[in-house]
Amino acid sequence: MTFENYDTGGFYDEMFLPDGAPRPEARRLVERIEGLPDGELVRRHQAAERSLLHTGITFTVYGDEAGTERIFPFDIVPRIVSRETWDPIERGLKQRVEALNLFIDDVYHDRKIVRDGIVPADIVESSEGYRTECIGLDPPRGVWCHITGTDLVRDADGTIYVLEDNLRCPSGVSYVLENRAVMTATFPLFEGLGVRPVIDYPSRLLSMLEDVAPRDVDRPRVAVLTPGVYNSAYFEHSFLARQMGVGLVEGRDLVVADGRLQMRTTRGFERVDVLYRRIDDDFLDPTCFRSDSLLGVPGVMDLYQRGRVTLVNAPGTGVADDKVVYAYVPRMIEYYLDQKPILPNVPTHLCWRDEDRRYVLDHLPELFVKPANASGGYGMLVGPTAARADLDDFRARIQAAPRNYIAQRKLDLSRVPTRVDHRFEGRHVDLRPYILYGRDIYVLPGGLTRVALRKGSLVVNSSQGGGSKDTWVLS
Amino acid sequence: MLSRVAESIYWLSRYIERAENVARVVGVNNRLQLDLPDLADEQWDPMVKVTGDEERFQAGYEAATRSNVIEFLTFDAANPNSIFSCLTRARENARSVREIISSEMWEEVNRFYLFLREPDARQRAMSDAHAFFEHVRRSSHLIEGTKNETMEHAEAWHFSRIGRFIERADQTTRILDVKYFLLLPSADDVGKPIDDLQWGALLRSASAFEAYRRTHGRVAARAVASFLLLNHEFPRSVHHCASEAQISLHAVTGTPIRRFANAAERALGRLVAELDYTDIVDVIRSGLHDFLDAIQDKLNGVGREITHTFFAQRWRGESLR
Repeated sequence: MTFENYDTGGFYDEMFLPDGAPRPEARRLVERIEGLPDGELVRRHQAAERSLLHTGITFTVYGDEAGTERIFPFDIVPRIVSRETWDPIERGLKQRVEALNLFIDDVYHDRKIVRDGIVPADIVESSEGYRTECIGLDPPRGVWCHITGTDLVRDADGTIYVLEDNLRCPSGVSYVLENRAVMTATFPLFEGLGVRPVIDYPSRLLSMLEDVAPRDVDRPRVAVLTPGVYNSAYFEHSFLARQMGVGLVEGRDLVVADGRLQMRTTRGFERVDVLYRRIDDDFLDPTCFRSDSLLGVPGVMDLYQRGRVTLVNAPGTGVADDKVVYAYVPRMIEYYLDQKPILPNVPTHLCWRDEDRRYVLDHLPELFVKPANASGGYGMLVGPTAARADLDDFRARIQAAPRNYIAQRKLDLSRVPTRVDHRFEGRHVDLRPYILYGRDIYVLPGGLTRVALRKGSLVVNSSQGGGSKDTWVLS
Repeated sequence: MLSRVAESIYWLSRYIERAENVARVVGVNNRLQLDLPDLADEQWDPMVKVTGDEERFQAGYEAATRSNVIEFLTFDAANPNSIFSCLTRARENARSVREIISSEMWEEVNRFYLFLREPDARQRAMSDAHAFFEHVRRSSHLIEGTKNETMEHAEAWHFSRIGRFIERADQTTRILDVKYFLLLPSADDVGKPIDDLQWGALLRSASAFEAYRRTHGRVAARAVASFLLLNHEFPRSVHHCASEAQISLHAVTGTPIRRFANAAERALGRLVAELDYTDIVDVIRSGLHDFLDAIQDKLNGVGREITHTFFAQRWRGESLR
């Protein structure tokens, strides 16, 4: 297979220049792919998919036949990120996460940013992730957002924007590691290209978790809390626990006793000091949040408030995982760090502002409208392709609850060549790097490149026909 | 280790072993029926009786034909003991302990499950039953072998062995019981070639034919029962299974064998002691079928005590969710 007739289609292509020549950082990969014998790439791709199915790297689709598992579609052509592209991304993400963490801490303490008139109080308090139970708390090292997955997109002119910050339980990092493992096994094309490794993520994650243990604990014990095998990200929970060599627990394995969190073992009860929980705040503790939750641990919030256990990410972190709050992040960076934001936000209209709302309602067919508090691409309006009824529906919804909606202009997401049968076609991508915050801030080189596999589609979510690619950050 | 994890590993192994034994039972009957002179003589209902799911079968099927019984025992998702149901649950348990079992072992469990879900699986089970059930058996052995070669022989492994051997002991009593339900064409046939054929098939279904031959030579009812129940060395005999389960149970707790520190050790110890001092003559005299029933009850009791001792502990005053 060659790229001879490959068409960048007027979009920003991550691999090729508009004149059809490969970008300098992609030249050697293009040569190697074109140098493969006929049919070899397809064969390798099929081997990779078989390996993913057999190793059970799957996710569960909701709303489909109960508990259907699918492999997360995987494309064999990697996305290349040059060092020149990556450096500002890395610096920009560190800057952003530092500011977000300061914001969360401020929200639950003095609220200087509100008093100084930068972020309105009612925006903070109406954010779905805001938790009064967290007021005045001081998590170890002052860190709230230990693990962040920030979605980045590149527009037609080459600008890289931050699309959203996922600060609750961002998922997908296991695919980054497994994609790399599969690529290494089936497609050893990248020897000598200087691809930065991702394999050390689990040990960095474990160090971070140990670094934020309660202050009085010498040798902290870490566990991963999962909602269970029916959760869509269960594979990832078990993968990370296995890679870190720590226990994977469910709520029913845990009990609060003798002033500590304990897990039920075949030899009695054992202490847990740091809980990397992959369930939302709402389900964490039925005595504190939703009383109908069977997933959580009664009494764990009380322990947390007393500093007897560390919860990762900290409860209440979700206050910053709101698309209205998102719009204020550039100003947070200036306010807390006195720096210019390195990575820009996508210009965002906030429907709660009268002027913005009027604009949005007048230009609905041109805009992307998103609920302030949803993820996974659910409940979103894609104006340019929406049916009339959907437009009317959203118009009514925006007017009924303006705080809950934001709108952004359509971005022409950049594309990467993707294998379609026996040729390459451009498909739109985004990028979700993962950022760890414990003793210091670390950004995993690359992250998850999600690709909209349907021709022309701009929606990359796995629940909506998206797949993924390995992401090669060059050193 | 986590109680839930120990329980999942225990059940993972039990379900794989159960699936293997269903394949053994179906496989042997298939072979046996091929040897019958007349198609009209085919007997498939004993296969259902021996699994203890007769009522469920009758509720869903009209007659105990070959294809109905194979469907029921192999693919029927409504039958909790079908091979497919066993594998679904085994895989679910395996998924919930993927961080404990080796990746290789998980992969074998997953492959086994995917094999049953292949679009032409049904058709292959019906048209080439021998190869199909052979594959099931081999898949189970692959899982067992992979487990032994890739997992640390530590606590999780011991729980897996406890599950595997308790289930196998139970299944061997059921294979032996097939003979009880099998009809002989007429009373005159006792001791005739057809009777021989049935005992031989039964031994084969427990992979015991060759080992039996070396030990006892001629096929005779009493010796077959003795071999499958009381033999010390044969890996599928009830006595051997109970003893191996006991070794692992005591490896978990550290209690010396022949003493007990909990109800599980006590229940299993009593069963092993009973088998130690049982003479097959007494078994046959009082009735093999009743003896097998009693062993099954005792194995259930051991299972219950294992659950109480290791999987369902509570903190003082805590009610278990």
